[in-house]
Amino acid sequence: MSKLGVTPSQTVGPYFAIGLTWDDGPDVVPQGTDGAFWIRGRVIDGNGDPVPDAVVETWQADSGGRFAHPDDPRGAVDRGDFRGLGRCGTDKEGRFGIHTVKPGRVPGQNGTLQAPHIDVTVMARGMLARLVTRIYFPEEEAANAEDPVLSSLPATAASETLMAVKSDDGYSFDIHLQGENETVFFSI
Amino acid sequence: MTEQQTESGIVLPSYTRENAEIDPPLDFAGYRSTEFRHPKNPLVLMPQMLTEVTGPVLGESRLGPLDYDLTRQHEEMPLGQRIEVSGRVLDSDGRPVPNTLVECWQANASGRYRHEVDDWPAPLDPNFTGVGRCFTDSDGNYRFVTIKPGAYPWKNHHNAWRPAHIHFSLFGRAFTQRLVTQMYFPDDPLFSEDPIFNSPRDPKVRERMISRHDWGTTEDHWQLGYKWDIVLRGPDAVAFEEPHA
Repeated sequence: MSKLGVTPSQTVGPYFAIGLTWDDGPDVVPQGTDGAFWIRGRVIDGNGDPVPDAVVETWQADSGGRFAHPDDPRGAVDRGDFRGLGRCGTDKEGRFGIHTVKPGRVPGQNGTLQAPHIDVTVMARGMLARLVTRIYFPEEEAANAEDPVLSSLPATAASETLMAVKSDDGYSFDIHLQGENETVFFSI
Repeated sequence: MTEQQTESGIVLPSYTRENAEIDPPLDFAGYRSTEFRHPKNPLVLMPQMLTEVTGPVLGESRLGPLDYDLTRQHEEMPLGQRIEVSGRVLDSDGRPVPNTLVECWQANASGRYRHEVDDWPAPLDPNFTGVGRCFTDSDGNYRFVTIKPGAYPWKNHHNAWRPAHIHFSLFGRAFTQRLVTQMYFPDDPLFSEDPIFNSPRDPKVRERMISRHDWGTTEDHWQLGYKWDIVLRGPDAVAFEEPHA
């Protein structure tokens, strides 16, 4: 089979907000959804300065650990208003917010069960390709302990950077692109 | 899609992994803003599991009827050369990616974006926003009608000019396939000095971002046509060769 060459990534640049931000972008679930909360954070650069021109996107299972997607081998489950996708541009202080519910546990490889997690894409001016990280939840101690991704991190990886922190209206999760508290980023 | 079977009996598609031969480096001296915006630690290799091989299935209810036509979103026509940009969204095995959201944004004919941060001395056009959206059809086809964007200056180095380009954003079928890129126009004299265009290491890979003029979509006394196919990461060839019992 002849392979086609994959199109390379380019930066979103400084002006993506005219195209990539939606009024309802942060709403993985609609406002007013039972049990919904906010995950709020900042995107910080290697100087410790906020990144005011980043966009954060999230993708997750629903509260039952299912995806409304034809490739979920357990069968696609459509839970109506659950979009699964969150998207938010950062403000002048580098802040973003995602309005969501905690995902259920999702199977991993080889019979493992993953802890509740949210996949995150970060894009910004000054980034030629996206970065990928994950958000985990601090109160899920037992599930986190057997999560295949967390438990196979290199010893040098700062796993605490993947852990959200409880806050007044949900959780906080800062993303450090570089520096002392650099977030763990994944290659997929 | 190539499939992998786990011991728990779950069968998942598998995509080619991120590849430094294709995507530009995150640390790229020619593009100064990358200096403090790239991680210094190596990326951690993560297997593709359910969250990575699924992705948002967005409904067409997100679209307005004229979202694909950037020349008809205001009272009057925008200034500039009317063009149609169309092509297919495919995976690397050549299979169409149907029913996926394609988003684009661009500068106006003078090279200025309708964005508060863009304040160089070029005029805004009251009849041009510069944002388009469409879904691919069942065969992976997309189509936008717009005007050719102008080149514009930036502060990366002295006399730095971006070649004319249109930003494209694609979700594909899976989180793994997410792509944001830029489409360029053929024979642009600004290519040679632009660090962003030149950020993919292989010159042949850079050419994948350049559209071609197309007579088939060029219309007499109306518009010029450009064709550009977008290729997303496809089935993992390594996994394909392994028998999956």
